[in-house]
Amino acid sequence: MAPSPAERLARLSWPRVVFVGLVAAFAVLTIPTLVDKHSWTGVTISVAVTVILAYVYLTPKRIAARFLVPGTILLLAFQVYPIGYTISTAFTNYGDGHRLSQSQAVAQLEADSVLEQPGAQRYELSVATRTADASGPFVFFLTDPNGKVERGDATGLTPVPDAQVAKDPFTGKVITAQGWHILSGIQVNGLGQRLAGFEVPVSGGFIKSVGLSEAYVGQFTMKYDAATQTMTDTRTNTVYKASNGTFKAADGSGKMLPIGWKIDVRFKNFTSVLTDAAIRGPFLRVLIWTIAFAILSVLTTFGLGLLLAVVMDHPRMRGRRLYSSLLLLPYAMPAFISTLVWSSMYNKDFGLLNKLFGTHIDWLGSPWAARGSVLLTNLWLGFPYMFLVCAGLLQAVPQELKEVAKVDGASPFRVFRSVTMPTVLIGAMPLLIASFSYNFNNFNVIRLLTDGGPYPSGSSTAGDTDILISYTYRLAFGGQGAQYGLASAISFLIFVLVGLISYAGFRQTRQLEEVYAR
Amino acid sequence: MMKDRMWWRHLVGLAALVFALVPIIFLISAALNPVGTLSSTSLIPSGASFSNFSKLFHDPNSPYVRWYVNTLVICGVAAVLNVLIGVSGAYAFSRLSFRGRRPGLTGILLVQMFPNFIALTALYLLFINIGSVLPVAGLNTSLGLILVYLGGAMGVNTWLLKGYLDTIPKELDEAARIDGASEAQVFFRVVLPLAVPMLVVVGLFSFVANLNEILLAGVFLTDTTHKTLAVGLYGLVSGNHNTDYGEFAAGSLLAGIPVVLIYLYLQKYLVKGLTAGAVKG
Repeated sequence: MAPSPAERLARLSWPRVVFVGLVAAFAVLTIPTLVDKHSWTGVTISVAVTVILAYVYLTPKRIAARFLVPGTILLLAFQVYPIGYTISTAFTNYGDGHRLSQSQAVAQLEADSVLEQPGAQRYELSVATRTADASGPFVFFLTDPNGKVERGDATGLTPVPDAQVAKDPFTGKVITAQGWHILSGIQVNGLGQRLAGFEVPVSGGFIKSVGLSEAYVGQFTMKYDAATQTMTDTRTNTVYKASNGTFKAADGSGKMLPIGWKIDVRFKNFTSVLTDAAIRGPFLRVLIWTIAFAILSVLTTFGLGLLLAVVMDHPRMRGRRLYSSLLLLPYAMPAFISTLVWSSMYNKDFGLLNKLFGTHIDWLGSPWAARGSVLLTNLWLGFPYMFLVCAGLLQAVPQELKEVAKVDGASPFRVFRSVTMPTVLIGAMPLLIASFSYNFNNFNVIRLLTDGGPYPSGSSTAGDTDILISYTYRLAFGGQGAQYGLASAISFLIFVLVGLISYAGFRQTRQLEEVYAR
Repeated sequence: MMKDRMWWRHLVGLAALVFALVPIIFLISAALNPVGTLSSTSLIPSGASFSNFSKLFHDPNSPYVRWYVNTLVICGVAAVLNVLIGVSGAYAFSRLSFRGRRPGLTGILLVQMFPNFIALTALYLLFINIGSVLPVAGLNTSLGLILVYLGGAMGVNTWLLKGYLDTIPKELDEAARIDGASEAQVFFRVVLPLAVPMLVVVGLFSFVANLNEILLAGVFLTDTTHKTLAVGLYGLVSGNHNTDYGEFAAGSLLAGIPVVLIYLYLQKYLVKGLTAGAVKG
């Protein structure tokens, strides 16, 4: 017989109830703020998460889900969603100059075009708030040259009777106002950015503040016509037409307005990687170095690690534990510290390497030396790991097989090649693949050592030691103007590449295992 | 049987030790160097003083103790929760049967292959929104960064830990279930204690990975007082490479030594953890 609801309730363990209770309490606390901000997505997510958690932890079934849900929610929120967002960005022109929607861009262009008309009147200005803490909302008290006072807010102007305010006898500036708190000059100064965006709309333009105690009437010089999707500069009568996310001058002069908007460009970012010579050249160069860097990093670290492991792997070798403890140090040292230390050792003028060898090599400044330096540092960072792995795997090599081979007259090298190596490789292969894909995206080493440099003449976006990930980072966040759309497209390509390589590698491993496992 | 000679093995070993230790000795020398510039530092310290250390603790531009505490809090909390989430997932994948088990396993591996830093823009915008509702978890907060780090908790760790849990005999938890243990009891009382060595290794890896993380931390934590060691120390040498070098070296040494000691202490577990598939370098 199925248990009654009361029995079910009695079976609930209290930690789960407490957990769900806390989540629910958290939702109850945040939802009013979300509603206040009209964030309906936020409300939906908050409610959904609470309901899911309550369902999973309070019903007797869904045992697997209890173990998986917290991690999955975090994964969805902070990995899957950002990835999805990024992939969708790959199909847009999102980046500097194309961050807004079209209507936001129009509003911004119009607001930026507000100019003070010659001979227009100025107002004496006082900024006021309802409360004394200067947190807003703000209003302007404006005194025109005739001494008439008006109150301006985001909706427009309201006349204020003289009886409600006290004015400075010389300038006419409002000093006190009934029901309002007039801000001091210091307070107004502190508001800086927030006041710069505050405008009181009047017919044909805005009233904006200038300095601490004056305001002017500004007129739009840009006018937008929604029907024809054109912007007109009323000073020069130039007409700009909307096309491909920007306003271009209709007279064919190629002039563009500085603010564009985000549009769907479909596969343009992907195709331009392959077809646009200005992008394709650096991209291919970077891709080749990325692959070379990843392969060489794996080979050098594995090679040195295996060599050391084999050298140490002798029953009469003394001090093996001491050796491996000391060789572990580079691996144990936090990598960001080691990399910064290496970068200072490469310093051309004061660096340890040049001092030790009495040379004057520009380690990080010339292309091949820089590439070598990056690989050397990465070898230092990575070989202890491979050493530990290989030392562990050597223990697993069947000793009888080695003995048999020796009895059969095989040379030590032959034993190593035919018995030891295959066993080690089977064990190490998945790690080598993982190490390859790790180095393929090894941002830190490049960023901390060379930051992609040195740069070949004529290219400021792709350096000689740039790997795809550091190159993409510069495209997305570099000082040259961010190109998120293009960077996202390249990230997507990296994702596909690493995925394919890993997939191929793991299939290969499985075959290896089948061959050697018999 | 031929008598093996050992001396060449020691020769190779010593050469490797020189390679491994030079940067570390250089760092120690720089930390003790009383002049505190890069140009005056050599491999063998020319003098020894703790002036760099005292400068480090009294420089108002580099609140080192704050950075240290921030790092311990962020990396520590993230590591503990990472392990807990990772092992819960691993337990479900290793022991329980449910729909979508295989695609789930493949899925979390696939997600990890996306170069996640490029999602930085999305994360940045996301946390601006979160911060406007919940200021304690927005940008420039430790909690916000911890949440981002936890996004990857159900990832490689889950695979690693699943591999380990698979080696623990299933008969143990079946016996416990027959004795009337609930699923939570099996998890917490039977499986977790047996997995402790691996949990420690995964926790350590996660701690160190976040300790080394400069990209997200650099973007998320902009106030000097909120920075982590990696971001703060990087700032010390990226701006003024020569003159603040002693301070950087002293700070790095203090940050590095505890980690190194923990690694040495856990050495025997490490090999096991490494061969189970963890990667660095």
